[in-house]
Amino acid sequence: MSPSEPSIQGEEPLIRARGLRKDYGSFTAVDGIDFQVNRGDSFGFLGPNGAGKSTTMRIIAATLTRSSGEITILGKDPEVSGPEIRAHLGVVPQQDNLDNSLTVSDNLFVYGRYFGLSKKFIRNKIEELLTFAQLEEKRDVKVEALSGGMKRRLTIARALVSEPEILMLDEPTTGLDPQARHILWDRLFRLKEQGVTLLITTHYMDEAEQLCDRLMVMDKGRIMAEDSPANLIKKYSTKEVLEVRFGADRNAMYADRLRNMCDRIEVLPDRVLMYLDDCEELLHQVVSEGMHPTTSLVRRSSLEDVFLRLTGRTLVE
Amino acid sequence: MATSDLTRKGSLIIVDLPKILRNGSFYIAQARIRTMLQWKWSILGEALATPIFYLLSIGIGIGKFVNSHQSAGVDGVKYLTFLAPALLAATCIQGAVGEATFPVLEGFKWHRGFFAMNATPISGKQIANGVLIAAMVRTAFGCALYYIALLSFGGLHSLHSLWLIPMTLFSAASFAVLMMGICAAIKNDDLFLNMVQRFLIMPLFLFSGTFYSLSSMPKFLQVIGWASPLWHATELGRWISYGHHLSQVAIIVHFSYMAIMGLIGFKFAHFHFLRRLSK
Repeated sequence: MSPSEPSIQGEEPLIRARGLRKDYGSFTAVDGIDFQVNRGDSFGFLGPNGAGKSTTMRIIAATLTRSSGEITILGKDPEVSGPEIRAHLGVVPQQDNLDNSLTVSDNLFVYGRYFGLSKKFIRNKIEELLTFAQLEEKRDVKVEALSGGMKRRLTIARALVSEPEILMLDEPTTGLDPQARHILWDRLFRLKEQGVTLLITTHYMDEAEQLCDRLMVMDKGRIMAEDSPANLIKKYSTKEVLEVRFGADRNAMYADRLRNMCDRIEVLPDRVLMYLDDCEELLHQVVSEGMHPTTSLVRRSSLEDVFLRLTGRTLVE
Repeated sequence: MATSDLTRKGSLIIVDLPKILRNGSFYIAQARIRTMLQWKWSILGEALATPIFYLLSIGIGIGKFVNSHQSAGVDGVKYLTFLAPALLAATCIQGAVGEATFPVLEGFKWHRGFFAMNATPISGKQIANGVLIAAMVRTAFGCALYYIALLSFGGLHSLHSLWLIPMTLFSAASFAVLMMGICAAIKNDDLFLNMVQRFLIMPLFLFSGTFYSLSSMPKFLQVIGWASPLWHATELGRWISYGHHLSQVAIIVHFSYMAIMGLIGFKFAHFHFLRRLSK
């Protein structure tokens, strides 16, 4: 057993927070939240920019002090045992902070040394990580020459060099094209299958649905709801959603009539969302009542609808 | 196992924290040196060209003029002998300050590399120490080449002058660590390093008794020299190099001044590295 092993007993949660709060002057970024993450969880923080997700992540990463409340990571307090905790975390920050002047393999090597790993171990690990990140051919290329998706994959590979207990990803696919996002999701899914505990912040609902077993919906530093993506949708939305557009100045005009035809509606500037389990039937009813939307769409409910229900706002505004 | 899956023992088994707590500063220094080696030829070129140009132009050129007008030289020795320890100290201090300041702004602001380092078990103190160690490795390399050039040009005359190297590095480190702390403390780096170069480093170079004795300057300008680490390093350097007269008290004052500056610098740098990384 390594001397750095924290005293984790049995099924004790890897992360446990009670009344966690972070203030910046008069602004409260995290407002007394409680949560826990168990070993092997894929746990997501979902919320818009400024919800307090990244602040919470930095407190967990033992790089930001809390204002009040309690938190333990691997059974230890990050303000007392920062290096001991960070020894078992892999961190993928929102902004890539790779060393642009070094090659891909040198970036992995240097980072491995920060964990005190032997040169031989790191050299072997680099081979695996390059394959994992599909960067074998870029081994000796300087980071500055990589595409955004490649840099992101390298940042994730770098975070895995120490085989961390918890992999923390802050907005892992922001700024990436769809293909690069799917490659990344595939890599993360493999890690999840291997039992690595994932902590993910995102404001992409599809990403949260794909990668997370449990989600904590945050807004303005508070927890609005916490459950699995499927349960959140079941609890806070209907099976289906009908989106209708009548034109920007007429959506609100029809709202009262539409409200009586379904469980709930949300009037957005560009469209009206109507919530009911069977929306095909609802669309026929709308048309038969003499309302003719310029476009309509029946789709299944998503986390976006959950967020709208909980906060009255969309995730990306 | 799919070819892209990873083998895994887990960090609880493979990461050795006491080793990191012991050696973390050196891991940072190694990483910095690895980055420096990307520019090894320009570093080597600068380390060779600087002493050669200075010694040819000022040491020999101006030296010939000075020696022809003052048969006793300056401070009882040839001008080049008088100048040599000061040039060595000035170059090393400037080099160390450069290596300890630009990477700090880069690490905190431009590329945020320090935040990547601090996401590992490495602490803010170790990052500061590592940056300084790497800066001093490069400075020591430049210092050694400069020393050889001074010997070759006849500015130094005995092996005893080898003591110049550790003394010069000591003075360079004490000032560099203070400047490193200041860099970590500033939020807005716009023009900061240009200002330092123009209004701090350059005046120190000119008003620290580098080219002539400080006592030959008006009293109010001598104050700059007294505050300057370069003057203290130069006085000690001349004492080591050719026996420039210094009382025991003066020797202790010169060393103490630089030691205190270094200690304050370390405290200041550690405080601001930790603070900035946890904001």
